[in-house]
Amino acid sequence: MPNDEVSLPAGSDLRLADEGLVQSEALPRSPLQGMQLALTDLARAYRTMRLIRSFEERLAQEVGTGDVPGAVHLYAGQEASAVGICMHLTERDFISSTHRGHGHAIAKGVEINGMMAEIFGRATGTCRGKGGSMHIADLDRGMLGANGIVGGGPPLVCGAALTAKTLNSGGVAIAFFGDGAFNQGTTAESLNLAMVWKLPAVFVAEDNGMGEATASSFAVAGDITARAAAYGMPAVSVDGTDFFAVHDAARAAVAHARSGNGPYFLHVKAPRYFGHYTGDADTYRSAEEKTNAREQQDCLTIFRDRVLGANLLPANQLAAIDAEAGEAVDAAVTAARLAPSPAASELTTDVYVRYG
Amino acid sequence: MRRDPRVVVIGEDVTGGTGASGEQDAWGGAFGVTKGILGEFGRARILDTPITESAFIGAAAGAAVTGLRPVAELMFVDFLGVCFDQIINQAAKFRYMFGGKTTTPLVIRATYGAGSGSASQHSQALYPLFTHIPGLKVVIPSNPYDAKGLLIEAIRDDDPVIFLENKLLYDDMGEVPDQAYTIPLGEASVPIEGKDATIIAIGRMVRTAKRAAERLRLLHKIEVTVVDPRTTSPLDEETILECVRKTGRVVIADEAYPRCGMAADISSIIAEKAFHSLKAPILKVTPPHTSVPFAPSLEKLFVPLPSKIEAAVKSLFD
Repeated sequence: MPNDEVSLPAGSDLRLADEGLVQSEALPRSPLQGMQLALTDLARAYRTMRLIRSFEERLAQEVGTGDVPGAVHLYAGQEASAVGICMHLTERDFISSTHRGHGHAIAKGVEINGMMAEIFGRATGTCRGKGGSMHIADLDRGMLGANGIVGGGPPLVCGAALTAKTLNSGGVAIAFFGDGAFNQGTTAESLNLAMVWKLPAVFVAEDNGMGEATASSFAVAGDITARAAAYGMPAVSVDGTDFFAVHDAARAAVAHARSGNGPYFLHVKAPRYFGHYTGDADTYRSAEEKTNAREQQDCLTIFRDRVLGANLLPANQLAAIDAEAGEAVDAAVTAARLAPSPAASELTTDVYVRYG
Repeated sequence: MRRDPRVVVIGEDVTGGTGASGEQDAWGGAFGVTKGILGEFGRARILDTPITESAFIGAAAGAAVTGLRPVAELMFVDFLGVCFDQIINQAAKFRYMFGGKTTTPLVIRATYGAGSGSASQHSQALYPLFTHIPGLKVVIPSNPYDAKGLLIEAIRDDDPVIFLENKLLYDDMGEVPDQAYTIPLGEASVPIEGKDATIIAIGRMVRTAKRAAERLRLLHKIEVTVVDPRTTSPLDEETILECVRKTGRVVIADEAYPRCGMAADISSIIAEKAFHSLKAPILKVTPPHTSVPFAPSLEKLFVPLPSKIEAAVKSLFD
């Protein structure tokens, strides 16, 4: 739809990015000029972000019923990162994710009915109930898996990028990892290897300010972006509450990797809504910080305010998207609750392709 | 590699010389195993890495689930300490965690074993650690013919395979056909058959056991069966139990540490499943529960020698 392209008007009342998470550091301002996004893509971005938010908020409630096994790590608050980046990807591209992985999976196109069933431990789940929230993977969609090991994903992404390079598929691989993973050797080693092998990879450090219950201001020495830049790759810090800033930065990052220039690094800052996991009372953050995260740094609110302020999408369309997302999540929960648990025989299948 | 363009070799110094001013295939692996193939396959398929085991073993795992069939070389198995997560929590578990929806055709080659004066961090026989993990297959060839057949099988296998080569066997000579052939994983071989006792030996210990068997036959008129499991996962329990039932006496010779090791594991299987065939206790010949020493005078006490295996078998008849 060529006539569907719009440029956000410069100087409109759009919220500026430097109201972001970290006050001590000036973040790049929203790229108002030159940013082009088809209206259909705007709607798609909002739909996917809203779907993630609805999925996560509903899960927070479902966990409270006691029917969801184990703990779940919710991505709410960080949707602009997964969506702003994955919108530049296709099914031939791979992503690795973290224990906070639902948002990445949904943004990469993994189907939510399967995901919800997986999180409930049902046979109809994405991984037939054998992986759970922390291991949702869908290779057909290029989703290499959420990962229970902090820093587990970046080496795998080097491998996926090596496959793309070796087979000349034109694909890229994206490693999503948290600020917690930035102190893992695997992450440092992967940045180096990707650079040495000139891999089509993008490393995305999603900085929500907390590694479990310890602040990254304590745990991370120096500057995350500067660390990546030291390997010689382009490294950019971006306000993760601002979808447009992420989307714009990711366009450059993915294009760089895809055109054979080697890896690229994005540092995306946005707070998480919830505690580290469901059941975490999140007392380590002040009430003020948590309120601020929801009231001032909500990527969905910011997105809405912008597109409404610039008259890009009508309010009733956004409301309809909200309703659809809620209904889709409702249906996923209903289906998951009705689905059977894996049969006892499943305990010992899928260990090997063939054994003995 | 000629047969399948998806097979790539990844590791530290698998060619040697990358980026340097001299010879471009200077090493071909720390033990020269991959020397001479760079010219045919090029750097796109023989990839030297930095010294970065977590990253390149993980990359091999990631490449395996996305379309390649990597053969990664972990120079010494002792180095698994810096990449264990990528092997046991990632590669080994993909298929199970993802509900059977992927394959992980990955081979990790590594050297193992004491006897070369390499001391505690370059000499261990750590295959019990891998054998413990569901999802991994573990291959330990004892001779040149098996090494080729098992390696080709491992590369064609769709599961992650740990392929361990004893350093002291690299100078072992034997007939090896030029053409490709495979040996199934999970099938033991029985290089010597005898009626009086069974020695189950792993890797280099097979050669050691055969020497012991020869002495037992000549000096003590004891006819020994030697079983070489060839793979510890899957383990050919059937062949082991069959030999034990025939002979009623068994010694297990293993170069791994004794606690929770292969000898202990195989002992438990025999005790459970062939107890009533036993005419004597199961004996294990292993190193002591110590790290591998450096001084030659100590190292030769560490690894099981033919004389120790011989004495153990002989004691079953006392």
